[in-house]
Amino acid sequence: MPFNILVAVCLGYVIVLFAVAYFAERRARQGRLKFLHSPVVYTLSLSIYCTAWTFYGAVGYAARSGLEFVTIYLGPTLVFIGWWWVLRKLVRIGRTQRVTSIADLISSRYGKSNTLGVIVTLMSVASATPYIALQLQSVTLSFGVFADHPPEFWALSGQTETALWIAAGLAVFTILFGTRNLDANERHHGVVMAIALEAVVKLVALVAVGVFIVWGVAGGVGDILARIDASPIAEWHLKPGRFAGLLFVSAAAILTLPRMFQVLVVENVDERHLTTASWAFPAYLMTMSLFVIPIAVVGLEMMPAGTNPDLFVLTLPLSQGQGKLALLAFLGGFSSATSMVIVAAIALATMVSNHIVTPLWLALRTGGVREPGDVRGLVLMSRRISIGAVLAMGYSYYHLSGGSEALAAIGLIAFVGASQVLPALLGGIFWRGATHVGATAGLLIGFAVWLYALFLPSVGESGWISASVMAQGPFGIGWLRPQALFGISGIDPLLHALFWSLLLNSLAFLIFSMVSFPPPMERLQGVAFVNVFDQSQGAQGWTKGRADPEDLLSMSQRILGTEEAQGFFQAQAAAQGKTGFLPDTTPDFIARLERHLAGSVGAATAHAMIAQLSGGASVSVQDLIAVAGETAEIKEYSAQLEAKSEELARTARALRDANDKLTELSVQKDAFLGQISHELRTPMTSIRAFSEILMEPDIPEEMRQKYGEIIHEEARRLTRLLDDLLDLSVLENRKVQLNVSVANLHDLISKAVTAAGSTRPERQFRIERDVAAEHMPVFTDTDRLLQVFINLISNARKYCDADLPRLRIEVRKRGRKVQVDFIDNGSGIPKKAQALIFEKFARLTDTASAGGAGLGLAICREIMTNLGGSIDYLPGQGGAAFRVTLPLRRAEDGAEG
Amino acid sequence: MPKARPMPKASQPLFLARRSYRRRRMMDAARVLPIAGAVILMLPALWSPEATPEPDTARGTVYLFAAWGMLIACAFLLARRLGDAQYEEETAEGGGRLPPQEH
Repeated sequence: MPFNILVAVCLGYVIVLFAVAYFAERRARQGRLKFLHSPVVYTLSLSIYCTAWTFYGAVGYAARSGLEFVTIYLGPTLVFIGWWWVLRKLVRIGRTQRVTSIADLISSRYGKSNTLGVIVTLMSVASATPYIALQLQSVTLSFGVFADHPPEFWALSGQTETALWIAAGLAVFTILFGTRNLDANERHHGVVMAIALEAVVKLVALVAVGVFIVWGVAGGVGDILARIDASPIAEWHLKPGRFAGLLFVSAAAILTLPRMFQVLVVENVDERHLTTASWAFPAYLMTMSLFVIPIAVVGLEMMPAGTNPDLFVLTLPLSQGQGKLALLAFLGGFSSATSMVIVAAIALATMVSNHIVTPLWLALRTGGVREPGDVRGLVLMSRRISIGAVLAMGYSYYHLSGGSEALAAIGLIAFVGASQVLPALLGGIFWRGATHVGATAGLLIGFAVWLYALFLPSVGESGWISASVMAQGPFGIGWLRPQALFGISGIDPLLHALFWSLLLNSLAFLIFSMVSFPPPMERLQGVAFVNVFDQSQGAQGWTKGRADPEDLLSMSQRILGTEEAQGFFQAQAAAQGKTGFLPDTTPDFIARLERHLAGSVGAATAHAMIAQLSGGASVSVQDLIAVAGETAEIKEYSAQLEAKSEELARTARALRDANDKLTELSVQKDAFLGQISHELRTPMTSIRAFSEILMEPDIPEEMRQKYGEIIHEEARRLTRLLDDLLDLSVLENRKVQLNVSVANLHDLISKAVTAAGSTRPERQFRIERDVAAEHMPVFTDTDRLLQVFINLISNARKYCDADLPRLRIEVRKRGRKVQVDFIDNGSGIPKKAQALIFEKFARLTDTASAGGAGLGLAICREIMTNLGGSIDYLPGQGGAAFRVTLPLRRAEDGAEG
Repeated sequence: MPKARPMPKASQPLFLARRSYRRRRMMDAARVLPIAGAVILMLPALWSPEATPEPDTARGTVYLFAAWGMLIACAFLLARRLGDAQYEEETAEGGGRLPPQEH
């Protein structure tokens, strides 16, 4: 194919890319984002994972190491089908914290420490530079394949010239579309659209070549399988260690490669796209890998020995005379290389400008952010220069290394380097105990081991590490040999470096995290990251805003642009209920502003800028302790209040009960007073009447005798009533003198039954007793006890309303106490009245059958209390039932005192 | 004033509606899938290829790609069942509110 046509096709393709990017940007500016924000575009943009290394290198890899190449795509497959574990969380964190790069994520998680940002940035640049060189090399090589008859200048200037032109062209494209604006979230619609298009091109190209090989050259699937078994590839045997190691490292790389993080997290516009990508991206990878083995097998079979297997994708169609197919394949490889370089350059430039250039500028300017000047322009310019620098470094590496190595080797070395961030990344989002000390130690150690054991030896024995060091170790220390650390030799060098670097990295990360103590900001960020699903907003890092809102606005204008900054401030002021552009500098507002700025310049820089303006009013330990103290006080106070209110409720309940009782009693008392005055009045009336009669002269002797008896009887009734009242008052005041003596309970009950017999003697009344149980001695005031018994039996005789009244007396011994139950067969006492019967003046009926004043049971209760026992009403016995409980010995004179 | 007290964290319900219960199990499946995938993909390491005299690269190719396709199919089914429902009703297990979309 004529060289000029090839160049023209390339240029035409590039123009198409420019146009696509331009129209995508225009649509985005017009707000027509529907297609740009579809999950398909997101998934396709992820395909920058498949670089030229995949497009050309996978076939070469398969030709050299058989099936091993699939590990590079199976690892990411596992990560994506396991999106629920890590990717979901990563994307959510990226969105809530407005993360701009992987360095920003690490720095933000570990207390917005810029040191960590710098470390990750440098590591990323170091591991990505060879990778960019690799892409330049692949494009240059593919040019070389086509350029059968290169024009003079090609032959003269050689291939490096091509690489230089490509690097320059990519730099222009990246600067044009990658640094168009300081997007709030670092989203680049034009670039994403262009790489989505390139993803389609490379997939179509590879599948087309594959289909041609399988069905055009070979005789279909069966024939290909037979050819596989017949080819030298079949002699390859799976090495479990390497297989697992590569699976792991590629899974790690998809999370930690800066360019993957850029498209996966930063350019993500909707978390839901991840759901689609979880199966669509593995499907893309599988389709890309499907024809690799067939192409490799057929290539090994048909191409002359010594042909570079990395270029089979191009050389096979060419050798079959399929010029157009080869051109398509060329464009596929070109797409793979350019899309990777563009995204990698953007990601690295963002990191370099946010973590190195801007902080340096802030530190060097004495006036700080208050000084006038266009920060926005500075950041954009530093980003442009960074893009140029990254591409220049890639080109230099390519130039210096001479473009000799096999492509796949550099790819894997870069993967191992990028995966050093994995412990700090996973630890940061799943473990609150991870600290910046641990992360720094782990990163530095892992990076150092990677450099020493893998990267430097790969540059070539003539390069950085001499052959003697490789063989005997530095200064002759055998156990420090780069490819046999700690004396363990014979492992595959890549596996060796992967194992030691990640092991030491993780160990250092864990140990230093556990022994160090994180500052408050870091702990806040740790919670915000680890518990990102539990909270809707990030941790608040600012206490009292001492910043002047005007200063904040002027600074924000210089970063976000005048229009956007004013819009943001106005919206925040409106949210606070204010008009104008200057909201109150509440901690909430400052935290929002910081997150907004972090979307443009990274968390660490945004934090530092705001800290300068607000006089470093960032949260401190003292503030936290004060807040914690206040919270504890409030909690304690509320607990006290709670206890008090419970107590109050209890008291109120008791008071209400008491009040009910009082009301009831008062009613009873009124009734009683009426009763007692009637009781007192009746005898007094008859005494007065009869004594008046007696005062009359000439009264017959028998009449006087009779009236005198009546007067005497009435006076006795009065005395008895007054005696009862007196007795009760004595008992209540515990002033009663007890005469303790011993008596047989049986005798006491018999006496009581006899004495009570005088009450309503006309009634037939049966008393059932268990004589055998009644025989026991009691030490107590027997007269008082007898009084209780008499009262209970009389009550039964008085009030039992059965036709055949019956009283059962049961005696039971319970330990040191004796229970005497008096149970009759009447209708009992209604439930409502049961609480009142022991009260003074209580009376169930108004029938003053035996002239009692309702004091009997009250007296009984007082007596039993005085005797150290009790009297209770037993409900549910089929009649009125009273239980008298008394100790066999009174406590005061008991043996145990 | 009991209202001033901070509300205790809402406790997880003991029983879930059938729909939520299903979704929880789908989440479990989504967590298990990569582990199962890793085991399946590492199985060829147990074939002890050194012992078999005839080459098995073709067989290995077919096996790996078949396993790959199956994993993708499983992921597709899970993604469809977890997909939008995930954000309709976020549970304490599933996480908090979806942050507002910003462009």
